[in-house]
Amino acid sequence: MASKKNININLKVWRQKNAKAAGSMESYKLDNVSTDSSFLEMMDQLNEQLVAEKKEPIAFDHDCREGICGMCSMYINGRAHGPDTGITTCQLHMRMFNDGDTIFVEPWRSKAFPVIKDLVVDRSAFDRIQQAGGFVSVNTSGNTIDANTIPVPKADADKAFEAAACIGCGACVATCKNGSAMLFVGAKVSQYALLPQGKVEATERVLNMVRQMDEEGFGNCTNTGACEIECPKGISLENIARMNREYLKASLIK
Amino acid sequence: MAKSALLKSSLAKKYWMALTGLFLCLFLAGHLAGNLQLIFGDALQFNKYALFMTTNPAVKLLSYLTYISIIFHAIDGIMLAIQNKKARPVAYAMNNPSGNSSFASRNMAVLGTVILVFIATHMVNFWAKMHFSQMPLQKTTIEFQGMKNDFYITTDGGYVPVNDPAYVIKNKTEIYDANVNLKIKDAYKDLHKITFDFFRDAKWGLPFTIFYVLSMIVLAFHLLHGFQSAFQSLGINNKFTPAIKLFGKLFAIIVPLLFAIIPLYIHFTK
Ligand code: HEM
Ligand code: SF4
Ligand code: FES
Repeated sequence: MASKKNININLKVWRQKNAKAAGSMESYKLDNVSTDSSFLEMMDQLNEQLVAEKKEPIAFDHDCREGICGMCSMYINGRAHGPDTGITTCQLHMRMFNDGDTIFVEPWRSKAFPVIKDLVVDRSAFDRIQQAGGFVSVNTSGNTIDANTIPVPKADADKAFEAAACIGCGACVATCKNGSAMLFVGAKVSQYALLPQGKVEATERVLNMVRQMDEEGFGNCTNTGACEIECPKGISLENIARMNREYLKASLIK
Repeated sequence: MAKSALLKSSLAKKYWMALTGLFLCLFLAGHLAGNLQLIFGDALQFNKYALFMTTNPAVKLLSYLTYISIIFHAIDGIMLAIQNKKARPVAYAMNNPSGNSSFASRNMAVLGTVILVFIATHMVNFWAKMHFSQMPLQKTTIEFQGMKNDFYITTDGGYVPVNDPAYVIKNKTEIYDANVNLKIKDAYKDLHKITFDFFRDAKWGLPFTIFYVLSMIVLAFHLLHGFQSAFQSLGINNKFTPAIKLFGKLFAIIVPLLFAIIPLYIHFTK
């Protein structure tokens, strides 16, 4: 951790004009970065410098800047969301770096997440997996029953809630050596499988979501456990095991 | 759809990896128990065991299951590894995977391929000889009234003199009465001698001993990750998981270690 208030850093950032263009790592120097700033604020500062130099600013995804939307996808110094655990890139602070450091910034690398521009990748594969079954069909006729009228054991509710904490950031895919999306899909399958409302469509859901996951070109889990460590929301491998159980059960009865 | 799902989907491939992998772990335990007789048993005991292993119908069935498991596990594993490589077409310029995962977990396919090469070599050296070539037969020297004579030990517990023109060997192990051309007894294939000669060979004994020990280290790493991983693949992650992980670690260290001691023992006690 830096002891100085302001640091000077070197950056190597992936630049790519568009989805079809070939990209490369470009080097930048950025002085006077406050160690109180977040990583994204540092990127803003770099972009202001680039604009002042009449250069194209670096495109990167971001939205909430408080760790809840999952947009800020950056692979920093060989780790998804950079050093430190349990955080997104917007929650990473420059105090984690030292004066004179060289920081590598790359987009998520996965066949299923093609680069659109610079650090921005297309994560619509996750949306398609969700659309394949990551929901509960409810009749919105106006007399919808309140969810709390169905009793749920506390332990199940807690586990479902933990799984539902997934923000769909894709760090699990980015960090997995196999580019596997199983932590994400495991979380989405679990969140419903644990609740009475979700059990009704559990069989179809897991079969459809896994089929969509495979079609999108994600790799296969080898249980390295990297995703669990890099996940900003602490989604556990137990969710992948639950998906494996659900899928086995579903393919045997269906 | 579900039928094809149980064969082709990513998860199905993982179930098969786990089931074949765990079956191979059972095989390893059995194979080890048999092989330890090379250290703790005598030649006759080991050769009796080898005969049982190549002829008993139940063992035959198990051995076919083992061959199929190895082939399936290897093909499935390599297919998965190729798919996984394709899932990340552009590599990171800077990557720090040791920060979040173990060496073994990231290199299962490479470790497995080394094991495959080992299995192939091992089978050429012992299994193929035992099944297809003319093996030496087990002999013993008996001293009687100051005269030393060699005898074949036969499966019914008898002895047949080696250099006696009254007997001939046919079909690799059958002892015939030369005069009436009638099979009278069976001898034991001397796998014990083949094994000891192999690791004590003046030129190749040491290189093969080293190769076997290195292969067992590779196997240990494969199992260090693989054993517990198989349970996770099958969806078993619960209050027993810490115990499974501990047992897996012990299994991954003890089994390859005991296997490795066998060639070391044979080579260095000559
Ligand atoms: C005695 C020999 C072997 C034993 C006992 C064994 C055991 C195991 C076990 C228990 C697993 C974990 C399965 C899982 O994660 O679900 C595994 C995984 C694996 N094995 Fe083996 N294996 C052996 C030989 C081989 C061979 C010859 C290969 C050939 C290439 C191989 C390649 C792999 C691969 C690539 C994986 C990772 C699969 C994945 O997680 O997707 N193994 N092995
Ligand atoms: S499981 Fe974790 S790492 Fe993966 S998408 Fe969800 S929040 Fe992100
Ligand atoms: S910008 Fe929303 S989580 Fe980082």
